[in-house]
Order: sequence, then structure tokens, then C-alpha cells
Amino acid sequence: MNAANYLYLSALLFTIGAVGVVIRRNAIVVFMCIELMLNAANLSFVTFSRINGDLNGQVIAFFTMVVAACEVVVGLAIIVTIYRSRRSASIDDASLLKR
Amino acid sequence: MIDLAIQVGQTAKPEATLFWILAPLSVAAALGMLLVKKAVHSAILMAFVMIALAVFYIAQGAPFLGIVQIVVYTGAVMMLFLFILMLVGVDSSDSLTETIKGLRPTAITAAVGFGGLMISLLGRATLGRNAVGVEAANAEGNVQGIASLLFSTYVWPFEVVSALLITAALGSMVLAHHHRIQTRPTQRELSIQRFRSGSLANAAGLPAPGVFARHNAVDVPALLPDGTAAAASINASLKARGDVLNSSAFELGNIDTSVEEEK
Repeated sequence: MNAANYLYLSALLFTIGAVGVVIRRNAIVVFMCIELMLNAANLSFVTFSRINGDLNGQVIAFFTMVVAACEVVVGLAIIVTIYRSRRSASIDDASLLKR
Repeated sequence: MIDLAIQVGQTAKPEATLFWILAPLSVAAALGMLLVKKAVHSAILMAFVMIALAVFYIAQGAPFLGIVQIVVYTGAVMMLFLFILMLVGVDSSDSLTETIKGLRPTAITAAVGFGGLMISLLGRATLGRNAVGVEAANAEGNVQGIASLLFSTYVWPFEVVSALLITAALGSMVLAHHHRIQTRPTQRELSIQRFRSGSLANAAGLPAPGVFARHNAVDVPALLPDGTAAAASINASLKARGDVLNSSAFELGNIDTSVEEEK
């Protein structure tokens, strides 16, 4: 099977994640879409590692996972802090800097 | 199970079957994430996409990453998401109505363009040659191969990542820390406040739901002595979800009090 199919799948998932970040309003769903984009990038790292016959891509994907875990911890803490003060998880409501 | 998956990954035909079944399913789940209303349903679809990706990793000769994907992403990260969903609860941000005019068509047009560009570029990135495969690199085992890279070439990034993890943990603790501005009122002060307030209605606490409604469910409001429903007896989050039962059938005026005599 042609390994490029995995790359096409990862491009598709990345695009779907990007659309989700733009059109959804719930901060948690937006965050999950960012995770989807990170996962799609990981899939292409693993596929490139297979195409080149080299484990470097897999190590990079491993590092991406660690960074994604850190990002989730801090991001969710920010969402909870905003929710505590504004009683809303909608990203449209956090517009204090606009005024 | 993993051995089976690796064998499936090494042969061409079964891998194609696996791919053509799982890839459309994962794309459908990812699209569903954008379209479903409730955040919990999005989280479940996201978990499905993550598990499908773990299967793809294992099929492509990366069993270590496949396991880590399941343990870290589906296990830890998704659980964290679900915890926060439980904490934040349900609010208006779940609605799918468009707030910025013309955002959706613009976003979809841009996405089609971006996706087309990515797919055409990634198609060229393989240079049309066949995949080498990681069988040679995995000769001593996948975990051993990754470990020897991680602790030689990538030892410095590995150490930096540990610092990043500690910083993230500290940062989230600082964000979650909550400073109390006033001192916490004692029970005595609260009690005095209840009796000195304008009305004595809440002096004995809020009425419990269902108690005077001939019904013991929490979604039925209590009935006041005059037969009307007590709105304060229903939990606010039940009201926000719209899960409140109509209590008019239990109100005093509507109760059928006639007694049928048995013979």
C-alpha cells in the first residue's frame, strides 16, 4: 500500500481541526480541535519515518506528545480560571481587550 | 494483539483493508466533532479518532508510539478534558449559531483551499518512491531503537522537555490557586444574616424539590402551601439544561380528590 495515503489522511484531519478552531465557540471544543491538529501532525511524522526508514520521525512525534500534554494542562487551567471569573466557557465572551 | 497488528502492518493487502476501513471512519468522527452540539459528544468522537491513529501507528511499525498514544492521549488527556467538562458544565457556548456574519462560508472556503494545498504538497513530499519501511531500523526492537536515539542524539531536548513538564505543572498550580479576598463567613454570621434579611422565607434554608409535590424526583419543584410551584427548590444547573418537569399536574387545584367507593 502507498504510504502517501496516510499523509493525505493527516492533511485532511489537520484541515478539519483548523476549521473546528475557527467555527466552534466552546473553548473546550476549540481545544480538542487543536489536539486533533497535533495528532494529525504526529501521523505525518510517523509516516515520514516509515518512508525514510529512520526512527527520527518517531522520536519527534514522541516529543510532540509531551509538549501537547503540557499544553493541555496549562490551557485547561486557563479555561477553568476564565470560567471561574466570567461564568462562561465561550470564547466570544472573553473580549475585554477589545474595549 | 500487538504482534498481530505488526504482522498486519507488514503485509500490503491487510494494511490497505485496515486503512480503508479506519480512515473514513476517523474522518467522519473528526467531522462529527465539529457538527455535534454537546461538548461531551465531541470528546467521545475525539477519543475515537485518537484510538484510530494509535492503530495506524502500530500498523506503520511504531508500536511504542501507538501504546503511548492510547495511554497518554486517550487515557490521560481525554480524561482531563472530561473532568474539565464536568467542572465547567453546560452553558450557552454549546450552541451552533453563527455569531460573526459570514464566518462559516469563509472558514470552509479557506479550509478547502488549505487542504488542497496540503494534499498536493504532501503528495510531492514522498517523491513518488516507495516507502523504505522501518523494519531495518526496528531490527533490535522499536523501543530499543527509540531509546538509543532519545538518550544519544536527543538527550538535550529530552532534558529540556522535563523542565517544560515541571514548568507546566507549576504553571497550572499557580493558575488554579485561588486567593480569598474576604474572610470566610462563619456559620453564626450566616445564620444572623439569614434572619436579619428582608424576608424570612429562606431562614430555614431552601425548600427541597418534590417534597410537597406528591413526587420525590429532583426535577419536580416543591409546592408552596398555597399550591403554587416553588422555583427556588430546583437546582440552577437542572434549569439551565431544561430538565425540569412541569409540576402543574401536582398543583393543589388540579388534583383529583374525589374518592371512588368500592363495593
